[in-house]
Amino acid sequence: MRYSIVIILFYIFNFAQSSAQSVKEIDSDALKALTYTMNDTTYVVNFWATWCSPCVKEIGYFEELHRQRESEKVKVILVSLDFPKQIDRRVIPFLKEKEITADVLLMTDLDYNSWIDRIDPSWSGAIPATLIYNKETRVFLEQELTRDELFNHVTQIKQ
Amino acid sequence: MKKTILTSVLALMAFMLVNAGLKPGDNAVEFSLKNVDGTSVSLSDYADQKGVIVVFTCNPCPFSKAYEQRIISLHLSYADQGFPVVAINPNDVEISPDDTMDKMKARAEEQDYPFPYLKDESQEVYKAYGASKTPHIFLLQNKGGKFKVAYIGAIDDNAMDAAEVTSKYVEKAIAALISGSNPDPATTKAIGCTIKTKS
Repeated sequence: MRYSIVIILFYIFNFAQSSAQSVKEIDSDALKALTYTMNDTTYVVNFWATWCSPCVKEIGYFEELHRQRESEKVKVILVSLDFPKQIDRRVIPFLKEKEITADVLLMTDLDYNSWIDRIDPSWSGAIPATLIYNKETRVFLEQELTRDELFNHVTQIKQ
Repeated sequence: MKKTILTSVLALMAFMLVNAGLKPGDNAVEFSLKNVDGTSVSLSDYADQKGVIVVFTCNPCPFSKAYEQRIISLHLSYADQGFPVVAINPNDVEISPDDTMDKMKARAEEQDYPFPYLKDESQEVYKAYGASKTPHIFLLQNKGGKFKVAYIGAIDDNAMDAAEVTSKYVEKAIAALISGSNPDPATTKAIGCTIKTKS
């Protein structure tokens, strides 16, 4: 009896872990839709990759923003530009290690030239890059952000 | 007073122009940088070539690594046709310790680079060109002794897998130049690693 409870707990624990850190693949049309959703939510879309050291440095601020402000209609979406073949080997272990619970999507369309301009014409393609938008305002930042910069941008846009 | 404002506006415009980097059709910017073999290499050393494939790249960036063999192949295929590769490493070595001259030498030897691998130590060259990431290609054409920018962007449209490439942008651009026309597209965009700088 005691043994089966342990097994059940083990499964529940494992399920909770994997469901919190799953990675959904998206294509360029889905990404475009995601960067032009007009409702009363403010979206924070961060383009990152596990191999990008400035991205790794700032990702904790995005997770913190997600945990703190989700109830205030701030939606954080982390778009990974790791290669699709690296989801299991690199992306998921990284998310587990960093305890990321914000939504993580992975871009499968590698023809970057066909979609970078559709997200923002000012974007050269370098990462990290972050789009913060709602139905009224849109800010695209091709740079690494400090915690204060990120939180201030979100506060400003929400006003 | 008016003159001061005018001077400031002009200075600001000049600053913006400088910072915007190069566009297709612009004159290329001369450089003279230290190579991994200890010599100094300048753009003007290539005055007898039809053009130069300038590649801003570095050691640790996964996109640079993914493209490394393709950059070597470009040189091996096109140097004989008058379009050799010149690779320039623009990263600040304090922020990116894998990009020191010693590490560059090791990489160039290990991978047997058939082209120069230069260090943009002052970081002035990548800024003058307007490179924003690695790898970032500037294809230059020699027009009567003056190098002009012909194409800016990616090598092709699939960083992950060379076998899945459907459009070889740089090769198409060189073919256009050889046949006497302008590259189309003249610019492309791609994901890449930021150039590491302190400011």
